Amino acid sequence: MDDAIIKVNHLAASYRRNTVLHDVSFEIQPGSLTGIVGPNGAGKSTLIKTMLHLHPPLKGSVRFFGLPFKKVKKRIGYVPQRGSVDWEFPTNALDVVTMGLYGQIGWLKNPSNLHKKKAYEALDKMGMANYANRQISQLSGGQQQRVFLARALVQDADLYFMDEPLAGVDAATEVAIMTILKDLKDSGKTVMVVHHDLQTVKGYFDHVLLLNRTVISHGKTNDVYTKENIAKTYGGDLRWMREEQTHVVHSIE
Amino acid sequence: MSYTGWIILTASLVGLTCGLIGVFLILRKMAMMADAISHTVLLGIVIAYLITNELNGPHMLVGALLAGLLTAVLIQWLQTFNIQQDAAIGIVFTTLFAIGVVLIATSVGNAHLDVQHALMGEITFIPFNTITLPLVGNVPQATAMLIIVFFIVLFFILVFYKEWKITSFDPALAASLGIPVLLMHYLFMSLVSLTTVASFDAVGAIMVVAMLITPAASAYLWTDKLSIMLVLSGSFGVISAILGYYLAAWIDTSISGSMAFATGIVFLVSFIFSPTHGLIGKYIKPVKG
Amino acid sequence: MWSILLNSNTQWVMVSTMILGVASGLIGCFAYWKRQSLMSDALAHASLPGVIIAFLIFREKNLFILIIGAAISALIGAFFIQWIRSSTRITEDTAMGMILSIFYGLGIMLLTVANRSAGGNQSGLDSFIYGQAASMVRSDVMTMLILALLVIFVVFAGLKEWKIYLFDPEFAKGQGLSLKGMDTLYTAVLVTTIVIGIQAVGVILMAALLIIPPVSSNYWTNSFKTMLLLSAFFGGMAGIGGTIISAFGSGWPTGPFIVIIASGLFVISLVFGKEKGILINYLYFKKDRKRMTYEKKDGILQSRGAK
Repeated sequence: MDDAIIKVNHLAASYRRNTVLHDVSFEIQPGSLTGIVGPNGAGKSTLIKTMLHLHPPLKGSVRFFGLPFKKVKKRIGYVPQRGSVDWEFPTNALDVVTMGLYGQIGWLKNPSNLHKKKAYEALDKMGMANYANRQISQLSGGQQQRVFLARALVQDADLYFMDEPLAGVDAATEVAIMTILKDLKDSGKTVMVVHHDLQTVKGYFDHVLLLNRTVISHGKTNDVYTKENIAKTYGGDLRWMREEQTHVVHSIE
Repeated sequence: MSYTGWIILTASLVGLTCGLIGVFLILRKMAMMADAISHTVLLGIVIAYLITNELNGPHMLVGALLAGLLTAVLIQWLQTFNIQQDAAIGIVFTTLFAIGVVLIATSVGNAHLDVQHALMGEITFIPFNTITLPLVGNVPQATAMLIIVFFIVLFFILVFYKEWKITSFDPALAASLGIPVLLMHYLFMSLVSLTTVASFDAVGAIMVVAMLITPAASAYLWTDKLSIMLVLSGSFGVISAILGYYLAAWIDTSISGSMAFATGIVFLVSFIFSPTHGLIGKYIKPVKG
Repeated sequence: MWSILLNSNTQWVMVSTMILGVASGLIGCFAYWKRQSLMSDALAHASLPGVIIAFLIFREKNLFILIIGAAISALIGAFFIQWIRSSTRITEDTAMGMILSIFYGLGIMLLTVANRSAGGNQSGLDSFIYGQAASMVRSDVMTMLILALLVIFVVFAGLKEWKIYLFDPEFAKGQGLSLKGMDTLYTAVLVTTIVIGIQAVGVILMAALLIIPPVSSNYWTNSFKTMLLLSAFFGGMAGIGGTIISAFGSGWPTGPFIVIIASGLFVISLVFGKEKGILINYLYFKKDRKRMTYEKKDGILQSRGAK
């Protein structure tokens, strides 16, 4: 199909001698909400990082809107794993959200009141308006994740990549985040989410990409998210898989 | 200006410049990188001296800048071979430093350069070595160099303030927003090298690490706001420098050593009395969940 | 010129720097696996004030007394680093950098005082900064030898305990090993190795002898025991080589030469190492690339076919 918003062709990536991704190819339709699912070490984060040029590809190509990444950087929003930053950094929630606008503000200019207002609105949308001036280390894990989501919202991108936004958050935050993701999708944005919890995949995502070093299966959740495919992705060991189901929710501290 | 006046001004400039750059050093988790660069800058100065046979400002600055960048590049490069970062730092700086010391001990002989001087700094000699500048008249060379470096550092911090903030806090997001993270890293390393070499005459190679890291770490205990942290760290640097000078005058000992020690005193005070992160604050206000 | 090497004092010094290199190569492996390479640097610097205070109190340059002073001061430094790290938001590397430079500053303050006082200048305390193996007398050599052999003994006596302690502390605990006891023993041997080395290598460069040989040996082997032996071998070679070269020039410091030899061995390992060296990796990469290009051709055909 030619209206695909993302086209990934034969992408491969490695850490040192180990090939983490191998011959990954898929296409994503605009306005879809896709869950990337697979066992630990399947290359889920690496896939996102490689697509966004944060990790060097060995080979293959990635196109967004038919263009290379460099030309469409500004239309793409990225939410890294919460654990990838130091929350003791001396700054507050509003400031972190404002960072999402730095690309638009450009060099040599400081954020204006308008930018701050935008950031505040995004925080408000995530139910975090009361915490705008709170030092980020004083926020709970769920609140920190909401700040990250707000930062992505403020970027007003067409395409979002999120690395485990639901890892280690409380139930209320999980609901809030999923509501926002569905809003994004309904307003025509395209969202790809690395996801850990097998039980909620069906309820959360309309598309699913089963990944284990390469694409095992990809398509509409109802068609693709079958027992056989999951077993194939997780190496066929169902006992182990059930274990995965129960402990994965807590696996990221 | 009086002899003591020049020394105090020079020491304060060291404290101020190091204090500012130090904030980003510790937030970028590069405290030991400063340690590495402060050692390898010695090699840069020795090589600049061997090539030009002169030991003055510009040559030293260029030599030190190149040595600092070489250190940063080598450490980055070694890490691509799966060497832990701290081991990579340890290998690079000890090796380059050893080469520097060997060059001094074997070929430069006892010309102007001696290891002692480079490592300990000799702030008492600074006022004797002056240059004449238009308008202001006679200024000690080291002081003039520090003023220039201070303004360079201040300029880059202010102009790229939000870029430093985002690349320090979340380099992955910064990269995805199109900010050249690696370029900023090397620019930062250049600023650290410049600061280090300009502070060399005053405090020497190892004590400059104290001036770079400790005031910033102390400031980190007092505030949660980056801008305030910068102001505090700069002030702590100046206070340590002046305190160190009078401490040294009082017991008649090495000024650079005393300045390094004084940063420790400022830290100790912060460690005990800071309302949010200090020991007393923790006793009075039990940690809430 | 060779007569210097045949001099019996030089020979003794050579033996002691070799044993020192062996001990540091071994302990360095522990520090490497505990990811504490730079901790040794911080502790080496932190030992300086202790050396000078011990001298100021006892007024004589007896290596054993100075080593005790150095050890106490290094342990206080280690305690501070631990305390700052655990009770504030300050990270370990910042705490190390602070303690390293503040203690060193204090050491220089005291050294200036000691050098001013009568006899201080002749005491050779300066050699503790850059290392001057040649300034060691017979009793110094003996002190160093005995302590280094003790460290080596501790390493080999508990080889398998060290192995599980470093690799999987939780498992070690399950096996009935006291982690606290192992931590204490580890700190003790690390500090001992550092302080016996400062006379020969100096406080600034002592860390190199602990950091470089383990990393070098890592390129040759995947076995813990072989890594220890190789690291010890590299350390010993660096010790001997550095001492020989520095003996050729009068007043040449030993430390920097030892470090340069160690780095030379590192570069050789980095390039030619049998397990992870650049050369072997390059060959792997080339093989990989070959495979990849074939796949790429396939890929292009496939994607054309799809259109």
